[in-house]
Amino acid sequence: MSVAIRINNLTKRFGNVTAVNNVSLNIESGSFLTLLGPSGCGKTTLLRCITGLEDPNEGEIFIGDKLVYSSSEGISVPPGERDLGLVFQNYALWPHMKVYKNMTFALETKKMTPEEMDKRVKDSLAEVKMSGYEDRYPREMSGGQQQRIALARMLAYRPGVFLMDEPLSNLDARLRMDMRIELKRLHHVTGATTVYVTHDQVEALTMSTSIAIMKEGVIQQLDTPDKVYHFPATLFVADFIGNPKVNLLNGTVDEAGKVNLGSFNVSTNTYNTKGKVVMAVRPEDIAISASPVPEGIEFTAYSVLPAGADSSIIAHRDDIELTIREMGTSTIKMDEKIWLKFNPEAVNLYDEKSGNLITQ
Amino acid sequence: MTVTTIPKVPLPLLNKARLRRFFRWLKSPQVILSLIMLAVMFYMVIIPLYRMLITTITFSENDLRYAPGAVVGQFTLFHWLRMLTSKIAVIMTFQPLLHSLTISFGATTLAFVIGGTMAWMVVRTDMPGRKIINILAVVPYIMPSWTIAMAWKVLFNNGTAGGVPGVLMFLTGTAPPDWIAFGPLPIIISSALHYYTFYFLFVSAALMSIDSSLEEAAELAGASRGRILRKITFPLVIPALLSGFIMTFSKTMGTFGGPNVLGVPVSYYTMSTMLRSNTTVLAFGDAFVLAIILILFSMTTVTVNQKIVGTRKSYETIGGRGFMAQKTKLRESKYILTAITVTFQIIIAVLPLLLLIMSTLMLRSGSYSFDNLSLVHWIGESNVNINSGEPGVLLNPAIWKGAWNSIKLALYTAFFTALLGVILGYAIVKGRGTKLGKIVEQLAFVPYVIPGIAFGAVYISMFTKSVGPIPPLYGTFLLLVIVSVAKHIPYSSRSGVSAMLQVGRELEEAAAVAGANAWRRFWRIIFPLTSAGFVSGFLLTFITTMRELSLIILLVTPSTAVLASMTMRYIENGNEQQANAVIILLITIVLIGNFIISRFRGGSLKKGLGA
Repeated sequence: MSVAIRINNLTKRFGNVTAVNNVSLNIESGSFLTLLGPSGCGKTTLLRCITGLEDPNEGEIFIGDKLVYSSSEGISVPPGERDLGLVFQNYALWPHMKVYKNMTFALETKKMTPEEMDKRVKDSLAEVKMSGYEDRYPREMSGGQQQRIALARMLAYRPGVFLMDEPLSNLDARLRMDMRIELKRLHHVTGATTVYVTHDQVEALTMSTSIAIMKEGVIQQLDTPDKVYHFPATLFVADFIGNPKVNLLNGTVDEAGKVNLGSFNVSTNTYNTKGKVVMAVRPEDIAISASPVPEGIEFTAYSVLPAGADSSIIAHRDDIELTIREMGTSTIKMDEKIWLKFNPEAVNLYDEKSGNLITQ
Repeated sequence: MTVTTIPKVPLPLLNKARLRRFFRWLKSPQVILSLIMLAVMFYMVIIPLYRMLITTITFSENDLRYAPGAVVGQFTLFHWLRMLTSKIAVIMTFQPLLHSLTISFGATTLAFVIGGTMAWMVVRTDMPGRKIINILAVVPYIMPSWTIAMAWKVLFNNGTAGGVPGVLMFLTGTAPPDWIAFGPLPIIISSALHYYTFYFLFVSAALMSIDSSLEEAAELAGASRGRILRKITFPLVIPALLSGFIMTFSKTMGTFGGPNVLGVPVSYYTMSTMLRSNTTVLAFGDAFVLAIILILFSMTTVTVNQKIVGTRKSYETIGGRGFMAQKTKLRESKYILTAITVTFQIIIAVLPLLLLIMSTLMLRSGSYSFDNLSLVHWIGESNVNINSGEPGVLLNPAIWKGAWNSIKLALYTAFFTALLGVILGYAIVKGRGTKLGKIVEQLAFVPYVIPGIAFGAVYISMFTKSVGPIPPLYGTFLLLVIVSVAKHIPYSSRSGVSAMLQVGRELEEAAAVAGANAWRRFWRIIFPLTSAGFVSGFLLTFITTMRELSLIILLVTPSTAVLASMTMRYIENGNEQQANAVIILLITIVLIGNFIISRFRGGSLKKGLGA
């Protein structure tokens, strides 16, 4: 696979704050890469550096084969010449132009005949299911419609790379869901390389072909959504991804290769590690039973939170608290005894000091 | 969106990458515009100030008359010593300074009492008729600041300093005492009645912006009403009070009209009138010493204010957010209060105009009987016995020329001010966080601290001789435009910035990503979105320039005279009725302009009164 965007040792500082810290990243052609992280992690800055709206302090950026930014060469190609499109969080539709004008603004400089422009506008509006809205002003449409138009505006000039900066976060929950479906579909149909910024892990997990999780200007893990979810590279990633949150327990790997968590042990694949570790297990990877089962560990149900499709049970034993996810409405009662079993395949161990995943 | 990084200066090594980066920085529109603006402001503000300072410490040809042994072009402290330590220093400098301070403090205090009380009543009581009070409060400010002074003279002139006997003297047969007719008291009153609008607007905006839950919280905590007023309400409106104070103080310090009409006839000189009389005898060195002192005083006030209030608050009107405020109940007395307030407002808004109009309708000055009514001052043919032989105002080509000059000046000034505003707004907002942007912003603030008459004085020093490729501009109409535009820079940049801030950054960024260059982004995106502000800014500047006097009085010549300066010339020549007719003409034009403003895109005068 060819590389659509190559970033080498990119650093961007704002005063004393390093927003992007020596990031290197290859984005493959046709992929849907999501930059995911909490606010202030540098994901938007990284995107803006790719766009050219922000000039980094150090490093290089290639789009395709074209060097668009290089600190050592002193090159910085203006955003308009980088062959990319950007969808903004607050749509950024020009309020004084109708939809049609909004969409042809970028085409006017491209020496296009009016017929071609018309066709582009029609096609792009059809792609976002907004046909017939040419004569509306932005304020005459709902937020969801405006965001579709913003998307269509980008599609109209056919950029090589789609960039999206939290495009769904101004929409309500229902619209977000709809737009996720459409965006994924759009990527599937166009096959355009897409870089997507969000702080919403569900968006990242549902739409991306790969996810880069960022923290304090550094990419913590770059992997497929499946890998990111099931094998988080660091404790930060493990903790950030997943809802309800992953259970993190401090323990020690004993001589027998079991993880000793104080009053009970869990057998797992320890990869011959010894000493202090942090054990991470997702709520859905713990089996729960209301009656004693072999090798089940006894806990007390502290709180039970049914939510329709699934239920969360908060379990206590001594000073250990665990969250367990059970499908359907749970029959467990609060303060009852429960017995838990960990799925050894799904338990990850992390080095207590570095916070990194312990692998073979 | 500009793609810039400020290179680390000084460049330790000139390599290719650094050069490329530097030129890219230099080519970005924000930098280009900032640099142009810096050059413009340097030329319009900094260099003139510098030249003025130099003039005070150099002998000029004009000094040969009264400075024995002077060598033209030589460095000297002659002017400073003469104005500060010689025998005439008291008369030339310290007395006028004292008078100016007296008038400024007096007018500011009185304006505060009137405007503050009215604001409190309108915002915080259940008094009826708030709408009409709001409207009437703006009226005196629309008129030229010396209107009330001229009307005062029509009413109270006692003949002590010559001139036309007033209405009061005609009716009662006795002359009002001197302290009522001329000098500090009438100047203070007439200025305060003009400037109270500032206080009214500032304080009512501040009072409206106070969230009454702050006061309620204090009330629940058991504080008494007096304590709440002292500890909560008052501290919250202090910035507004100080802003009003600074504006009125620096305006009255540099004001010329009132002191010229009511002070000069009895030799009660202020800094502004003394400055003027020095320039008329070409004693520029002396005049500029006074101007510098005036500027220093104004700068000190503004600085102290900003130290107390904090950054720039003084300079921004507090945006009223309109919380539900708890209103003090006034019971039955509220109707009486409304009646008193409205009557007072009508008197100060309408009575001066009536007096002025009446005086212009009297054939012989000083006689106010019906058989003396005549339109001769308006439409009379030239008559040697009337107005030094000049024809009636409406037939007088010189006055029509003045009117045309006024309108032309206001139009040019409004246009260039609005244009500068948009450019400065762009340069400052895009340059936020960079050194260059900061310098532009601070430089744009400088004219704010220079009182009007001193600002005019600054320009004499600059443009009497040619500077580099620029010919001497003194006596030209262009100079009047330049000084008016320069004086408006702080306000235009402020409104430009706020207009620009309303245009979301993404709108321009979206255009940049779509491949539009800076020029296209500006004309297709930014300009259309800020043009509403451009239009209302244009109209407001038009009005303020029409009635500006202090700023241009030192710079006008007979051929460039405007209506405002003509009123002064006629007064000084003793043709008061003509002067009164001219100011009525001026007010008429201003009112028409104001009417257009209120029709236009909802841009109200109230919004832009800070200017």
